[in-house]
Amino acid sequence: MTTVNGSGGRIPPALRTEALEQLLTERGLIDPKAINEIITTYETNVGPLNGAKVVARAWTDPQYRQRLLDDGTAAIKELGFSGSQGEHIVVVENTATIHNVVVCTLCSCYPWPVLGLPPSWYKDPVYRSRMVREPRALLAEMGLELRDDVQITVRDSTSEVRWLVLPERPAGTEHLTEEELVPLVSRDAMVGVAKVEAP
Amino acid sequence: MTAPLDIDGPAAPPRSNGELVFAEPWESRAFGMAVSLSGAGAFTWADFQAALIARIEAWQTASGEGGQWNYYQLWLAALEDVLVSRSAVSAGEVSARAEALAHRPAGHDHAGDHGHRH
Repeated sequence: MTTVNGSGGRIPPALRTEALEQLLTERGLIDPKAINEIITTYETNVGPLNGAKVVARAWTDPQYRQRLLDDGTAAIKELGFSGSQGEHIVVVENTATIHNVVVCTLCSCYPWPVLGLPPSWYKDPVYRSRMVREPRALLAEMGLELRDDVQITVRDSTSEVRWLVLPERPAGTEHLTEEELVPLVSRDAMVGVAKVEAP
Repeated sequence: MTAPLDIDGPAAPPRSNGELVFAEPWESRAFGMAVSLSGAGAFTWADFQAALIARIEAWQTASGEGGQWNYYQLWLAALEDVLVSRSAVSAGEVSARAEALAHRPAGHDHAGDHGHRH
């Protein structure tokens, strides 16, 4: 590990970031306008709504569901969602007896094109360590009590595989259309820390 | 040895999807710079990710679970690490520029978008 001042020194990170952006701009390595566009994209355009559309399609189209489980990245691209951190998405299905939950133990790997950027808790050291050690207890603390006969599988996302959970379609939604199902699907359900509830 | 997950604090798991993507403007600039630079080929995403993992590991070794966790500070440090390793900038230059910015007079020109708000 180097001992450069980094951003852990006494210089506030806001100033250090501004200094770095100035230097890189002066050297022609970045364009502040391009940075603005990237930020806008992830603040407003790319988010869990994309993933919710994927899930709702899979719930209503069995052939799409199979393609999604066979090749997540390709099936997600069918709906127009691709790009950074979406190259190796693998979709796993939650059922009444099998529950998958996603974590990135080393950093914060996450399928950006379908979920946007990860929330704070996903990046937190406590979540990253405890979800591996005691997933059932941590899920309960997060509001998801699973019966003892439900098998929990913790999926560790990396740069090689980014996991996406296909939540179980809740009972009582059989009459709903794909469009009506979309708003029911939460980000947390696609990470596996929640279930989808019927309206 | 079991630390509780912060249910109510700034890193709390939200029960809805309403959380802000970035807590402060500088975080968004640091994020955007890393994405832009890797897209332009200044470094690969794998290289940046390795630097981020190293910074996170170092933080965990130094702080355990009791230290002040700030993800984007580690992100920024990792970004500097990969840029320094490719001689795109030096850590000293960044520090010197930041010091200069810290001492600029009040009421400096805000015409440029440089990632902070008052």
